Amino acid sequence: MLAKRIIPCLDVKDGTTVKGVQFVNFRDAGDPVELGKQYSQMGADELVYLDITASHEGRRTFTDLVRRIAAEVSIPFTVGGGIHELSDVERLLAAGADKVSVNSSALRRPELITEIAERFGRQECVCAIDARLEDDGQWRCYLNGGRIPTQRYLFEWAHEAQERGAGEILFTSMNHDGSKQGFANDALARLSDELSIPIIASGGAGTKEHFLDVFQIGHADAALAASVFHFGEIPMRDLKQYLAANGIPVRL
Amino acid sequence: MKVAIIKYNAGNIYSVYCACKRLGHDAIITDDPVVIRQADRVIFPGVGEARAAMQHLNRTGLSEVIRGLRQPVLGICIGMQLLCRHSEEGDVDCLGIFDVPVIRFRPSSRNYKVPQMGWNTIERFKGLLPKAESEESEEADKFEGCERTSETGNPNPLFINLHEGDYVYYVHSFHVPICPYTIAQTDYDGFYSAALHKDNFWATQFHPEKSGPVGEQILRNFLS
Repeated sequence: MLAKRIIPCLDVKDGTTVKGVQFVNFRDAGDPVELGKQYSQMGADELVYLDITASHEGRRTFTDLVRRIAAEVSIPFTVGGGIHELSDVERLLAAGADKVSVNSSALRRPELITEIAERFGRQECVCAIDARLEDDGQWRCYLNGGRIPTQRYLFEWAHEAQERGAGEILFTSMNHDGSKQGFANDALARLSDELSIPIIASGGAGTKEHFLDVFQIGHADAALAASVFHFGEIPMRDLKQYLAANGIPVRL
Repeated sequence: MKVAIIKYNAGNIYSVYCACKRLGHDAIITDDPVVIRQADRVIFPGVGEARAAMQHLNRTGLSEVIRGLRQPVLGICIGMQLLCRHSEEGDVDCLGIFDVPVIRFRPSSRNYKVPQMGWNTIERFKGLLPKAESEESEEADKFEGCERTSETGNPNPLFINLHEGDYVYYVHSFHVPICPYTIAQTDYDGFYSAALHKDNFWATQFHPEKSGPVGEQILRNFLS
């Protein structure tokens, strides 16, 4: 039976992880490669590395980092951030990334998804969507890490991304992100039920129960979180055992 | 041991190289027929689209090189599908090592997403290979120190030290049905072939290079 996936997300700037990491005692807690290996050994199913570097030089550092991750980590990993054109995708996949995640650049130019799917196959392309539930009851999509509102809306954009060839949708609810009050299960369930590609839930993880809910109520195929893992608030093994005990298929 | 990884127009080849490296093998990524033929083990990896891949293999002559290999060969993912007779992806004739078609997932319910993406279990390593197959697979003897699959005997050499229900990583929209070459199966809206074996050819639909310690064991078995 296909397992539900648990995915730690690491923000990387200039080759080091940005958010503090407190769950393990090793010397370089900022080394994304060491962290990836640790998470892999703890039972993470996949990793997401987001490059939040703005500079050109930083991009090169990130590509070198991707090569090192590929050399040392034996589980799949997705990379995102700063992917604007096909040559960015080519560079990162050649460096050993398994998938690329596109967000703002795809909203600005949806053809990018089509191009990635046609050139590399739809399984390589994750469409990340940051959306906020507005007062009018609509889920509006935002650009640039949630800073710039657009005229696109979650469900129609997710459908278009699927039609264009996205292999997965990574949906972050801006309302829930950082709240630790649980995932956006209603919107996730609708996404998951309407689309035929896997949905990765992001934003809101605070407890083990939230992960159970996102699979049972939110019908998500995978759940992504950062701080609850980085700060050791939810140990990976405990989480998986809890999910298994509650009937969720997970890789133990 | 010389390990060749066949280079063609499909992705994910560097990951396979890294996985070999972690096991202490400095594999050569190559499209040179001479180097491929001389290798002790050949890995035919890939993530990509079947039609484009076959056109490339036919144009470059790699099709004939692969068909003629006598040493142990391991096809991975699209590499496995290309070793089959025909793929529904792009409606293209493939290499025909395994006389079985590759077909698209047609989910019976919305619970089954396509592509299948993530970790699923492999099971039934024994007893799926028909007797006729194991009797004529002399080439498999080159897979040193390993027993062949039989109805009651040891697991296929690819699966030594693995356990029923171990998780492996999958990313695919097309699959090979259960057939006489099936040596392990996976359930995704019904059973399909997780791995195939015929003579000196082995193949996995999943990605051993991305399947953590389980995948490393499978690669170690192949490279032993």
